[in-house]
Amino acid sequence: MKKFTSLKNYISYIVIGLVTVICVILSLSGVLKASTAILLEEIAIKIMLAVSLSLVVGFLGELSLGHAGFMCVGAYLGGKVAYVLTQQLGEDDPILNIVILVIALVVGGICAGICGFLIGLPALRLRGDYLAITTLAFGEIVRTIFLNTSEESFGGPIGLPTPRFNKEWFYVICFIMVLITLFVIQNLIRSKHGRAIKAIRDNEIAARATGINVTRYKLIGFILSAVFAGLAGVLYSYTKFNVSSQIFDYNYSIEILVIVVLGGMGNIGGSIISAVLVTFLNRELANILTGNLAVLKDIIYAVILIGIVIYRNAPGLKNFREKYNLKKLFSKKKKTAEVTSDTVAKEEN
Amino acid sequence: MAEIKKIYAEDGREIVLKADHLCIQFGGLKAVDNVNLEIKKGELYGLIGPNGAGKTTVFNLLTGVYKPTLGRFYLCGEDLTGKAPAEMNKKGIARTFQNIRLFNNLTVIENVMVGLANQIPCNLVQSVLRLPRHRKSEKEYYERALELLKVFKLDEYKDYLAANLPYGKQRKLEIARAMATNPKLLLLDEPAAGMNPNETQELMDVISFIRKEFDITILLIEHDMRLVGGICEKLTVLNFGTELAVGETSEVLNNPEVIKAYIGE
Repeated sequence: MKKFTSLKNYISYIVIGLVTVICVILSLSGVLKASTAILLEEIAIKIMLAVSLSLVVGFLGELSLGHAGFMCVGAYLGGKVAYVLTQQLGEDDPILNIVILVIALVVGGICAGICGFLIGLPALRLRGDYLAITTLAFGEIVRTIFLNTSEESFGGPIGLPTPRFNKEWFYVICFIMVLITLFVIQNLIRSKHGRAIKAIRDNEIAARATGINVTRYKLIGFILSAVFAGLAGVLYSYTKFNVSSQIFDYNYSIEILVIVVLGGMGNIGGSIISAVLVTFLNRELANILTGNLAVLKDIIYAVILIGIVIYRNAPGLKNFREKYNLKKLFSKKKKTAEVTSDTVAKEEN
Repeated sequence: MAEIKKIYAEDGREIVLKADHLCIQFGGLKAVDNVNLEIKKGELYGLIGPNGAGKTTVFNLLTGVYKPTLGRFYLCGEDLTGKAPAEMNKKGIARTFQNIRLFNNLTVIENVMVGLANQIPCNLVQSVLRLPRHRKSEKEYYERALELLKVFKLDEYKDYLAANLPYGKQRKLEIARAMATNPKLLLLDEPAAGMNPNETQELMDVISFIRKEFDITILLIEHDMRLVGGICEKLTVLNFGTELAVGETSEVLNNPEVIKAYIGE
């Protein structure tokens, strides 16, 4: 059974592990800048969001536009728990900090998972555009609820104060969480359960007739996706002094969706690479486009997304697509991460 | 728990499927009206009739896509009326579709492995944590799927995407996937539709082979009279949702009523 143990299956773990180790070495030798550490945290959070959304959009085949909503739940509830616990127990002891973080992650993950379950229920009856609208509404409702809370509870418009994990190596924790996310979701996809989920995407009627419990797998997909978005939310709340509900708006969900589509539907490796690229691009654009020009950022996303859709489907580009087919390039060259990032970049142009 | 009481025919053979006065009504339209079926173990039973006679609707009733308005049906004596499709499959009714429904973005072998999923238990936690149970079951899925593909002579295509198979092979793959769920009764909805004579002949051989090899009962809808006359033992002819004729193949096909329904007077 060489098929099940080939190196290809582990490449994403290896790459992320290596990146983390290199960063740790760099930061120990004092080369890593604090701003780079923050960028790494952002990248890790985006990867978690993209991979978890990919489970619903890429593998289950349902369009979800409310991913930021799940993240919002995780950020607020996990962040609140962490804040209260830190205030009660003090913030000096590093081990205590880790324990609080773990508790916050558990709380945020579970609460987001419950929301995922609630969104999964209508998803059993709705499909396509209608489900997209439902998830979109969910995201906005969650955000609005937290915006209208009182100052003592969740901070309302001022935002929720959170315990800043005042260590420069917080990105290591973020990357460990990325590895956990990848471990769970990839193992799920590469099992009989993953095959069932993909079968539902390809043909729901045939899936039922083949004895697949569609209800169960759809709920599993939505819940797991929401749990990891919630975990990403908790990490996010830790990277900010103050969580503002304004962040988790429609555009944020779209941004995650753009990452997933850019990386290729049902392609976790692609999602990771595009998460890195988009987050990096995002920061560079934010540096360049200031003031009134900031709006351009969203336009650039939209243009990229439209470009990809046209590239994928336009009949006129068929020859070009076949000539530069990703899979063909893969089979010719050695499968390395560099090749993938090159080809994704090519696709972007 | 409903009582399971096996039913036997007069000649002592077990009756696998017994449908009792099945009716379904869509608004004012009686799509299937009072259809009775009695299929013995190991039999190859044909369901024929002109277009719109309600043949596929009978299949949809038997696989839980629709719930019958009236009537019940029993698989090996167990009342399955009104169960959900996935449940029907677990109980032992597998089907293929008139318009092929494969999992197009899965490979050929994965399609069959999906069908095997209920045969070998392995829960979510075991899969995610990659426990030994998972490896063992994955290996078993793979090997059993490969075996099945060999029966259907599809093993050389195992790593193709299902969508990329030629039409005739897609039909065969659909049957292979249905067989993977280890059914007692296999429902084939126009398996020879769109096939050329060579492919049809090949398909007839495959059907005869799996019938012997897996000791399975088959109910089949077909328009190709050569296929029906060649392999079916008994027939039920439907016309406008009602039974027109029931009996041995040769006598049904010579029944003047049946000829009239098919080609007019």
